[in-house]
Amino acid sequence: MTAQAAPVPLAAPPAPPARAARRRTRPGRIGVHAFLMAVSLAFLAPLLLAVYASLRPYDETAEHGYFSLPRHLSLDYYRQAFSDSGMTKYFVNTMIIAVPGVLVTLFLASFVAFALARLKMRGGLVLLMLFTAGNLLPQQVIVTPLYVVFNRIPLPYWMSDSMTMFDSYWAVVVVQVGFQLGFCVFVLANFMRTLPQEILEAAVVDGAGVWTRYWRITLPLCRPALAALGTLQFTWMYNDFLWALVFISDGDKLPITSALNNLRGQFFTDYNLLAAGSVIVALPTLVVFLLLQRHFIAGLTLGSSKG
Amino acid sequence: MSFIPARRTGRRVSRRFTGRDLAVLAVLLGIPVLLDIAVVWGPTLASVALSFTGWDGIGDIKWVGTQNYENLFNNYPQFWPAARHNLLWLAFLGLVATPFGLLLAVLIDRGVRFSRFYQSTLYMPVVLSLAVVGFIAQLVFSRDQGALNAVIGDTGSPTDWLGDPDLNIWMVMLAAAWRHTGYVMILYLAGLKAVDPSLKEAAAIDGAGETQTFFRIVLPTLRPVNVIVGVITVIESLRAFDIVYAVNHGRNGLELLSVLVTDNIIGEASRIGFGSAIAVVLLVVSLGFVVTYLVQELRGEKNR
Repeated sequence: MTAQAAPVPLAAPPAPPARAARRRTRPGRIGVHAFLMAVSLAFLAPLLLAVYASLRPYDETAEHGYFSLPRHLSLDYYRQAFSDSGMTKYFVNTMIIAVPGVLVTLFLASFVAFALARLKMRGGLVLLMLFTAGNLLPQQVIVTPLYVVFNRIPLPYWMSDSMTMFDSYWAVVVVQVGFQLGFCVFVLANFMRTLPQEILEAAVVDGAGVWTRYWRITLPLCRPALAALGTLQFTWMYNDFLWALVFISDGDKLPITSALNNLRGQFFTDYNLLAAGSVIVALPTLVVFLLLQRHFIAGLTLGSSKG
Repeated sequence: MSFIPARRTGRRVSRRFTGRDLAVLAVLLGIPVLLDIAVVWGPTLASVALSFTGWDGIGDIKWVGTQNYENLFNNYPQFWPAARHNLLWLAFLGLVATPFGLLLAVLIDRGVRFSRFYQSTLYMPVVLSLAVVGFIAQLVFSRDQGALNAVIGDTGSPTDWLGDPDLNIWMVMLAAAWRHTGYVMILYLAGLKAVDPSLKEAAAIDGAGETQTFFRIVLPTLRPVNVIVGVITVIESLRAFDIVYAVNHGRNGLELLSVLVTDNIIGEASRIGFGSAIAVVLLVVSLGFVVTYLVQELRGEKNR
C-alpha cells in the first residue's frame, strides 16, 4: 500500500503540505485511538462490573469468580433492594430536598446575578466575591456551628416532627441553597454580562421596573444557562452525602445517597446486593447525564470559559 | 440619531429606582445575602470563635485560648497522618489526575473520530456521587470479594487493598482520580475550543513542533482554565470526605482532616471546640488559595 501511495503525489500536482502532514500522522492516530479506547474501557469497567455483579447471585460469583460466565441472571437483587430496604422511600426523600433546593437556588441566584450584572450597582463586586468565595470553602468549616444552631431552632410539629430544625428536611434544603448560591451567582452573572444591554435600556425607557426587567426581559434570555445549571445542581444535590449525614439523624428521612451508607450494614455480607444498591443510586444521575449531556457539560464550563 | 438620547435617558432612569423597585431589590437581594451570611459566613466565623473554647455542645462554653490547637498539634495522634493524607491527595490529583485529564482533552480536541464517545465515557464517572464511587471501589478492591484480586489471580494470600493501612489511601485516591480526571478533561476541552487556531498555524509556520506549540502557545492561552482547574483541584483535595467515609468511615489508614471534624461533632463524645479547631486548619489552608484566586478574578473584572 505504501508503494502505491508514494507515486500519487508525484503524478498529481504537488499535494498541499497540510495533506502530507495528515498522512504522516496516520500511525500516530491509530496510537491515539488505541490509547483513548483503552482509557475509556478502563473508565467503564468498574461500572460494568457493578452492573454485572448485581445481576448474579452472590453464591455464584463466590464460587466461580466475577469473570465467569453467568449461570443465572436475575433482577432479584434489585427487587430485594427495593422491597426489603425501602429504596423508594429514600428516593422520595431526595426529591423532597433536591427539587425545592434547585428551584429556590436558581431563583435567588438569578436575581442576585441580575442585580450584579445588569443593574451595575455599587458594591456589586464585593457581593460577587462574598458569594463566590463562600462556595469555595470546605463544607466541614461550616458544619459544626450549623449543627449546633439547627439543634436550637424550634420548628412547629407540622414542619418537622423532630420539633427542631435539626433532623428535618428544612435543614438540608437551607444548607444546600445557601451553599450552592455562590456557584450559581458566579455562573449566571458571567452569563448575563454577555447579554446585550441595549434591550434592557430600551425597557427602562418604556418604564419597566426592576421586577419586569428581571422576570420578563433578562430571565427568558437566560434559559440555556438556567437549564444547564439546573441539571448540574440537581445531580449535585442528589449526590450530596455530607449534609444529610450530619443534619439528619432519623434513618427514615435520609436521601438516597446517604441512605446507601446506612444500608451497607445490611448489605455487607453480600457484595452483589451492594452492587445493586450502587447501581440504583447511580442510575438517575447517569440517565440525566445521557439525556442532557449537552446541558450538563455546558453547566460546568459556563463558569470557566468566560472570555 | 435617536439612539444617543435614548441611551442617555436610559442611564439616568436606571439610577433612580421607584419605591416598588427598591422593595423588590430589598427583598430579593436581602434574602440571598442573609442566607449566605447565615449559612456560610456566619458559621465560618463561629467556627473560628468556637475553636478557642472547650465545649461539649450542651454545657457551658468555656474559653480555653489556644489549648485546642496545642492538643491538636501535639497530643492528637490522628492529626498529622490526616494532614499528610490531605497533602498526598492534593499531590496525587494535582500531579497525576489533572495532567492526565489535560492529556485526554488535548488528544480528543485534535478531532479524532469517535471523540463524542470518548468524551462521554471519560466524563461519566463525574456524575456519580463520591459515595457511590466509594462503594464501587469496594467491589473492585475488596480482599475476598473484590474484582482486582480475581483479575490478578491473587487467591492464595489475597491483598487487602482497602484494609491495609499502607495501601488503601492509594486505592482510594485512584478511585477519586477516576472522577477528577473527567471533570478536568471537560474544563480543558472547553478551554481548548476557545484557543484561536491561527495562533497554532502561526507557530507551525515558524517551525514549532507539536510539543513546542502546546507548551509555548496553547498552554499559556489556557491560563484562565488552568487557574480554575487549580482551584478545583485544591478545593476537592481539602474537601475529600465521601469516598473514605463510604469505604471505612475514614479509619485505619484513611484519616483525612474532614473526617476528623465530622468525628468530633457527631460522635458520642461531642467535642465542638476541638472539632472547630480542625475545621479552622482546613479553613486557613483553603483561604490561602481562595484569596489568590479571587485576586486574579478581581483583576480580570477590572480589565473587563
